[in-house]
Amino acid sequence: MFASELLIAQNIGFFIIAALMVVGALRVVTTSNVVHAALWLVVVLAGAAAQYVLLAAEFVAVTQVLVYIGAVMVLFLFGTMLTRARIGAESDLNNKNWFVGIPVALTLLAAMLIALRDGFGNEKLPADAPLVSTQVLSDQIFGPYLLPFWALSFVLLAAVIGAIVLARRD
Amino acid sequence: MFFAAQTVETVLKSGWFLEHAWLIPLMPVIAFVLIIAYGKKMPMKGSEFGIASLLASLAVSVGAAYQWIQRVDGAAPEAFVAPVIKTWTWWESAGFSFGIGQHIDGLSLTLLVVVTLISTLVEIYSVEYLRGDIRYTHFFGALTLFSAGMLNMVLAENMIQLILGWEIMGMCSFLLIGHWWEDGANSRAALKAFFTTRTGDIGLLVGTSVLFFASNAWTQKTLGISGFTVRGLSAWALSGDPGHAAITVGAVALFIACIGKSGQFPLHTWLPDAMAGPTPVSSLLHSSTMVVAGVYLVARLYPVFFTGMNILGTNLNLIVLIGGITIVIAAALAFVQADIKKVLAYSTVSQLGYMMMGLGAGAWMPAVFHIFTHAFFKACLFLCAGSVSHSASHHSFDMKKDMGGLRKFMPITFATWIISTLALCGVFPFSGFFSKDEIIDNVGHNGYTMFMVLGLTGAFLTAAYMTRATYLTFNGKPRGAAAGAHDAHDAHDAHDTHDAHASRGPHESGLLITVPLMILAALALGAGFLNPAPLGEKWERMTHWVEPRPEVISPTGISVMASGPGEARVLTSPRAEEAEHESPCGTTTPTGGICVAPQIHHAPFKWSKALMSMLIVFLGGFLSWVLCVQLYGKKNPKLVGLTQRNKALGAGYLFLQNKYYLDSLYEKVIVHGIAHPVARAVYWFNQNVIDGVVNGFGTVVRKVSGWVYRNVDQRVVDGAVNGSAAVAQNAGSAIRPIQSGKVNQYGALLFGAAAIGALILVIINT
Amino acid sequence: MLLNEFLFLGAILFCIGVYGVIVRKNAVLVLMSIELILNSVNINLLAFSLRNGSADGQTFALYVIAVAAAEVGVGLALVLLMYRNSRSISLDELSEMKG
Repeated sequence: MFASELLIAQNIGFFIIAALMVVGALRVVTTSNVVHAALWLVVVLAGAAAQYVLLAAEFVAVTQVLVYIGAVMVLFLFGTMLTRARIGAESDLNNKNWFVGIPVALTLLAAMLIALRDGFGNEKLPADAPLVSTQVLSDQIFGPYLLPFWALSFVLLAAVIGAIVLARRD
Repeated sequence: MFFAAQTVETVLKSGWFLEHAWLIPLMPVIAFVLIIAYGKKMPMKGSEFGIASLLASLAVSVGAAYQWIQRVDGAAPEAFVAPVIKTWTWWESAGFSFGIGQHIDGLSLTLLVVVTLISTLVEIYSVEYLRGDIRYTHFFGALTLFSAGMLNMVLAENMIQLILGWEIMGMCSFLLIGHWWEDGANSRAALKAFFTTRTGDIGLLVGTSVLFFASNAWTQKTLGISGFTVRGLSAWALSGDPGHAAITVGAVALFIACIGKSGQFPLHTWLPDAMAGPTPVSSLLHSSTMVVAGVYLVARLYPVFFTGMNILGTNLNLIVLIGGITIVIAAALAFVQADIKKVLAYSTVSQLGYMMMGLGAGAWMPAVFHIFTHAFFKACLFLCAGSVSHSASHHSFDMKKDMGGLRKFMPITFATWIISTLALCGVFPFSGFFSKDEIIDNVGHNGYTMFMVLGLTGAFLTAAYMTRATYLTFNGKPRGAAAGAHDAHDAHDAHDTHDAHASRGPHESGLLITVPLMILAALALGAGFLNPAPLGEKWERMTHWVEPRPEVISPTGISVMASGPGEARVLTSPRAEEAEHESPCGTTTPTGGICVAPQIHHAPFKWSKALMSMLIVFLGGFLSWVLCVQLYGKKNPKLVGLTQRNKALGAGYLFLQNKYYLDSLYEKVIVHGIAHPVARAVYWFNQNVIDGVVNGFGTVVRKVSGWVYRNVDQRVVDGAVNGSAAVAQNAGSAIRPIQSGKVNQYGALLFGAAAIGALILVIINT
Repeated sequence: MLLNEFLFLGAILFCIGVYGVIVRKNAVLVLMSIELILNSVNINLLAFSLRNGSADGQTFALYVIAVAAAEVGVGLALVLLMYRNSRSISLDELSEMKG
């Protein structure tokens, strides 16, 4: 049926995008070129957006693209430019903590993987989950989660003002 | 013989003075306290208190004596006259009760009158004699306290009180002999007196204890009083109850104390040295009152000595032996003295020997009468010597150097001296005749013939040495200070400020000195007639009043209060059948009653015996006079320096001069031999053992504390404190790198901790 | 699709982001690593939202995105300041808060 084919297609799509994301993330933390790191991050973010679509969260996917890739990454690049990042490879972008970082990361990974495997095993995502449309989402936001929404607006306001205050030249 | 079995009841009169005789020692005590507290501020520097109190005591004594005389006269001639006894218990514990009180009878009153009278006269004398002295007030304090002590001893109701008085006297004697203690010889003399009498006092304590423990059971059972009381001891001694050993030991021990106090051989050495004190002291203490305390003790507890030494049962006993020896050796020593006071001191020792010999031979009344008369003429002699030194010889007592020919300058002193000398020698009609000759007579009568001879020898010697002293002092040509020379060594110059008469030459003393002399001389002359044996028994009033009656009385019948105040009712018990002895009280047991005085015989007076003794006296005086005139007056070359030429005489002279080497024996052999090794041993013990222990302990403590400081305090405690600080510092230094300021590191820490936490959670939950 | 696929993906991205935070000297790169972490969280949220069939996860994910945006803004402002003060944005040299 198309359902099972759809599932297979989703799985293949997931794995390809996941592989891309992981490679991209690895390149973010290992590349010696700041701009390249930013661009790899874009890859990761885009892959994340695609995953959101797979997870039936279209609005979030679009918001991800708009906000993250469109604004945050531009900010990153601005920041990179403004701080005279070297164009091209730089020699030392890593400090000496890799002998701490690798074990910690691996330990965390191991712990989490074990916990996840233990916790959820081969649980399947429901295929017939109720669709969370944008309307449902906005009902949630402006309904039960209105207070966090307002708080968030204040956060954003504070962040904007703070950023201006911090960065202004006087 | 059987007597009618009926009790006879006698009612005896009493009076206020007899009942309140305990005031007699009390008033001088109060005066003593006042003198010490206020004396220096008084106009007469405290002597007012002393004289006033003694006059008051004299008045009470005379009043009591008068009332006693009436009491005796009011009783039947041979009836027992109960003494006036009062007791207050001052401590009771464990079956012992200690009392203090008065025991007034004829003997006590004799001494009370004598002591108060002579004390008063001596204190009046001292006002002039010690004028300007640096310790005037304390002198009067000590003198008054002495009088209080002696008076207390005389009327003591029990042995404890007697010992109290005895010791007060000893202490005051020490204080007074050493009055001018700046001169080392004086303080040495005071110490010698104190130690010698103290040696004797061991006997007093031992004797009191022995007699108490032996007698207490009997006295408590029969009389209800303790074995310390005089009455109890007297009754016990004559009851036949005492074991022979106990009473003899007690009597000997007590007598040892008397030897010390009354200057008998061999403890007589302190008396001549005691002349280092001021003359009033010599006159009061060391001639008439304190030194007779030993004699008084024997007379007071006569039943104890009577039984213990078996006085009328033998012809030799300790008391009479010691007394007899003392008479002769002291009289011999009086011959070689140049110091007039020393002559009188040896004379006193000799006369005390008479009294002891008399008591030891059973001549109780003559001995007591001799105490009475001797007090007057000996005190007078000493005061005369003081008068001579005060006004004629620049405070010197050396007869050979500073006196002579004073008869012309000091008529009153001379006259009283002569009267007292004649009394001392026992010449009729002076008082000494009636007392001393009676002693000699009774000693012979009671079977102690050898001692009678000793007594007569003593009389001969007494006359001789007194003549010598008289000649050297009052006859011949004035020598030295008496002649007006000022360079005579003034023994007391440093001690008083008054020397106004120094330029006048020898003269008669002032009234304050001569009036007591005259009073005493009058008594020396007339006191004998209170008990004149030649005139018959009716005239012997003293015997009638003083001598205790040996009547058997009922134990419970004494001093039951009758209707009037102080009246006593005496119940005499029926005379029990006598066993071997004729007299009711002697050494046998009177059954059914008690007896407090032994029966004593009196020698009948014979003019032939009296004339013989007077002949001996005159012979002694005459021979001495002749010798003196030859030797000192005409300086006959055959006699002068005889002791140096003749070896035997020289050796004898040397022996006498060194006082029979007794002082050397006591001081160098006995004292040195015992005291020095003991002192050295004790010193060694103190330095090495006691100090060693203390020092050693100190060293140990120091070392231990040093170790504790170094190891515990420095290392452990400080180590802990420093260590904890070091630990904190090191911990801080160790942890500080965590805060490196590097964000990456903080992140590493955060995620690292999270990783570990996650791992642990996973492990726990799977 | 297995739930665990997404969760594993999220875990891997998270750990890579942790590694980046620890290892990277450049401040901007650290911020980027933090973005990685945030995105992994978002994947987690949305996976569970789909599993549970509720919109809460998606709402929360939106809020995370908003906060992340704010945070990046402020963070970069700080980086600019840092650069202005010391001409360097190397976190190794920024250790004045050293204890």
